[in-house]
Amino acid sequence: MISPRYAREIPHRYQLLAARCSSCGSIAFPPRRVCRKCQGQKFEAAKLSSEGTILTFTVIRVGADRFSKQTPYAVAIVELNDGVKITTQIADADVDTLQIGQKVRLVFRKIQEDGKAGILCYGYKAVLV
Amino acid sequence: MRDVYVIGAGMTPFGELWNKSMREIFVDASLAAIQDAGVDHVDSLYVGAMSPGLFIGQEHLGAVVADFLGITPIAATRVESACASGGISFRQAFLEVASGASDIVLAGGVEKMTDGADVTEALATAADQEYEVYHGITFPGLYAMIARAHMHQFGTTREQLAAVAVKNHRNGMKNPNAQFRSELTLEQVMKSTMVADPLRLLDCSPVSDGGAAVIVASAEVASKLKRKNVKVTASAQASDTITLHDRKQLTTLDAVVRASEKAYKMASKKPGDINFAEVHDCFTIAEIVITEDLGFFEKGKGGEAVEKGLTARESGKIPINSSGGLKSKGHPVGATGIAQIIELYEQLSGRAGDRQVKAAKVGLAQNMGGSGASCVVHILEAT
Repeated sequence: MISPRYAREIPHRYQLLAARCSSCGSIAFPPRRVCRKCQGQKFEAAKLSSEGTILTFTVIRVGADRFSKQTPYAVAIVELNDGVKITTQIADADVDTLQIGQKVRLVFRKIQEDGKAGILCYGYKAVLV
Repeated sequence: MRDVYVIGAGMTPFGELWNKSMREIFVDASLAAIQDAGVDHVDSLYVGAMSPGLFIGQEHLGAVVADFLGITPIAATRVESACASGGISFRQAFLEVASGASDIVLAGGVEKMTDGADVTEALATAADQEYEVYHGITFPGLYAMIARAHMHQFGTTREQLAAVAVKNHRNGMKNPNAQFRSELTLEQVMKSTMVADPLRLLDCSPVSDGGAAVIVASAEVASKLKRKNVKVTASAQASDTITLHDRKQLTTLDAVVRASEKAYKMASKKPGDINFAEVHDCFTIAEIVITEDLGFFEKGKGGEAVEKGLTARESGKIPINSSGGLKSKGHPVGATGIAQIIELYEQLSGRAGDRQVKAAKVGLAQNMGGSGASCVVHILEAT
């Protein structure tokens, strides 16, 4: 991963920085220029809720090469308490006992390594509460 | 808009074509289509391809294929919309003829996937790189999350998913161009290797090489040919959020709903008027969701429909994927949308041989990109 590309996403991945539309109040994550709901273009900074619920999930048994050392791992779509939905890994859980509807909270974790000589890449994962 | 007809088609077998390069594959399919149509020239061409840059390190595909077809200096354009690249290539050709800008246009698609690239990673570029793929999701994983949500919400069963693969292999056995011409049992699907729970290896379409091309033309050109031509009565396209998690619902592909609504309106047809359809069964769950979103079955009943044989080629209410679909025929990504049009063309002109659908007068092709962020629907009718 080229570092400028990585660095641009740091505030969102590390601090859950989002943007709230000044006209309709809907939250965009990551922040965007144009509101998906009302096409408004004015936003104020917002921080995502770090707690939510599993809407659906899978267990990746065959991953892309750069994730192949991590298999099997669970990936879920989580709806956070503020209504924002994200795709995230579920960490520290027995992947065979996960259920739709389980409550989770987001924690800061290493996500992937950029090859042998590249940077370590961090961000959020969810853990069961 | 002018009326537009499909006047010829050609494709290579789909599969692991190790002895053929991407350009050879595309040229073989295109020459077959030009010969089938019996035309002496084309005014321009479109080539749908998802990611030749990642698969074989080659971009600038329009020029490459025009050059190797020996038809420079015609306009030649590569079209990309992930797995919908082929269908949208066809739509560009349709629009070009409908507008009057050209009379004869070649619409093709190609992909060369077995030359050693990390296919899982290349295909994943059709999802959001920063907020989906970054977290380790794969395409089987995205559709697995749709499957689990569908099973949870509607009680769709593992057996119903497997029934899609079994049916499509049964159809593909009769397609000489299919990659897997073998029968599958429900048990084989259910016991195949888990890829992304609950989807197993035999729920997934394969990695394939292949090319496909059709010739589209104006009514004036079509009327000079002494054979049955097939009319394109609708072409519609829609988009949706790039991420699966931002969709309004996880069990409805809104781009499929929107594109098909537009297509039905354009052709003055209802879902019940469609005699058969080719749909984008990249994973078994996709066929179930799509047949609901196209309006063939009530939401949540797509699994039951395939299990009861309502989508069977021989006796179903609406035969789905008579070609074998992506699952059995193969899925060289950029070629898939064109291969669907070819199946419609062959069925509607009564040339589908052993897999001919009875009374095939109106056919629908649905091709989509990514986890459903782009979708294109065409309706073709026998004339």
